[in-house]
Amino acid sequence: MSDARTTGGDTRPEACSLPPASVKPAFGKISIRNVTKVYDPDGANVKALDDCSLEIAAGEFCVVVGPSGCGKTTLLNAIAGFHSITSGEIHLDDELLCSAKKMAEPGSDRIVVFQNGALFPWSTVLDNVISGPVVQGKMKPREAKTVARDLLCQFGLSDIAHNYPGQISSGMRRRVEIARAMMNDPKVLLLDEPFRAMDALTKSVIHKYLLDIFDLSRKTIFFITHDLEEAIFLGDTVVVSTTRPGRIKKVIKVDIPRPRDFRVLSSDRYRELKMEVIGAVHEEALKAFEAGEREMA
Amino acid sequence: MNGSSWFNVKKARKAVFSKTTYRGIAAVIIFVACWELSARLHLPVVGEIPAPSSVLAAMRKIIVSPDFWASWVISFKRVFAGFIVAQIVGIPLGLLMGTNRVFRDLTFPVLEIMRPIPPLAWVPTAVIFWPTAEMSITFVTFLGAFFTVVLNIIGGAKSIDVRYIRAAHSLGSRRRDIFFRIVLPATLPSMFVGMSVGMGITWEVVVAAEMIASRSGLGFLTWQAYVAGNYPVIVIGMISIGIAGFLSSSLLRFIGSRFTPWLKTM
Repeated sequence: MSDARTTGGDTRPEACSLPPASVKPAFGKISIRNVTKVYDPDGANVKALDDCSLEIAAGEFCVVVGPSGCGKTTLLNAIAGFHSITSGEIHLDDELLCSAKKMAEPGSDRIVVFQNGALFPWSTVLDNVISGPVVQGKMKPREAKTVARDLLCQFGLSDIAHNYPGQISSGMRRRVEIARAMMNDPKVLLLDEPFRAMDALTKSVIHKYLLDIFDLSRKTIFFITHDLEEAIFLGDTVVVSTTRPGRIKKVIKVDIPRPRDFRVLSSDRYRELKMEVIGAVHEEALKAFEAGEREMA
Repeated sequence: MNGSSWFNVKKARKAVFSKTTYRGIAAVIIFVACWELSARLHLPVVGEIPAPSSVLAAMRKIIVSPDFWASWVISFKRVFAGFIVAQIVGIPLGLLMGTNRVFRDLTFPVLEIMRPIPPLAWVPTAVIFWPTAEMSITFVTFLGAFFTVVLNIIGGAKSIDVRYIRAAHSLGSRRRDIFFRIVLPATLPSMFVGMSVGMGITWEVVVAAEMIASRSGLGFLTWQAYVAGNYPVIVIGMISIGIAGFLSSSLLRFIGSRFTPWLKTM
């Protein structure tokens, strides 16, 4: 990791670098069993997910790719507790999280980082970061601020602690959002295309940032993206979803060792995996395109 | 910028001595010069209005009169009394209507029927209904600000991005936290827009109400001057109302900017 830190565009000051210990994951195992989700607004009866089953080990970085509308976000929202499911079950650490009869309660053990960001614009970075532990009653604001300052220092964000989200770059905002999530020590991080609208340069820096956090915390990460290179670079597994209704088409194990840095992108193994993922996704993208053409006709 | 300092002298000085201020002063000078010229040249319509020089002459006399300043104070008191009551009633009502669908469904139709009635149409009813003229005027000014603030708050609360609500839930917030940490701050900008518009309406209403149902205040001063044929004082009354409205709106803008410091960063 120390090599990567000097080459990956990390901005963390030396004085407050992250601790070197790597934690063996004990929590965050997700079991998705035969999950189906049918949206029925005004009798439209749209099947978003169809008999989806997936096992995500504790401490695994699972990336889901697939055509637009294939139910990736629906699955993430079901885990987060924002959507119900029509049938099947989702378990977290072998405890039932949601089923057809029970909708999951949103909670700080499964923190979501949203597609367009959801830092509260009216709160400073520091107040955003402390919001979780304070509302949960786990810490008093003063205590939370002390902890948050340390965390922001570790994440190289000390200088912007008193800025509003509107005053910092999109890359910084995403880093703060991840810091806000980490402040809650969640079992699972749910990231819904968090780096979608970013330029390549910012993306490469923030990828490294996320990899560093993952290497040190070993939180289970459920990450949705359309960017196949990002999927392979970040993930332990890349799950390819079919076009709507979403099913699990292929689970590709990314056997590139960690810690990773940008040099991985030029390795033979990375190129092989990329071809494999492109092959699986392209087929589904064609189906989605043809289905779209039919709908338009 | 961290929003912790209530008043920044450096920034205030920068704002006062800014190009915007100089342009504003220049605009007023040009306006007054055109007005003076129009009056002296006896141009149609505009030329009938007393020239700034004659208004200034009348101003020298009236400015030392305690009655003139008493009119200011009375109108300000009426405006602020009605306005503050409108906020006390309107803000909780708007928040409740914006966040509780059942309550909104039950109350919105009544609000929508009452809203199009101009506040001045309430004057006869208010005079009959309230025991004193003062209370009638305060009630009418209250109506001027009430509907605007309620509607703006409902709009603000309904347009809160669901991401913030979901993020707050995800961070472990309960209903109370969602209200105080999301709904309230997210609605503040619309609240202050509603207040600002409401304040303008309140001044319009109070002046008209004073002309109809009172024997004091800036509205009455202007009306009395008309009845007496003292045209420069009519203009003084109008300018006074304009300045009073401007000062009230500026105060609201200042308070609003202190409560919503993040808006400057967006």
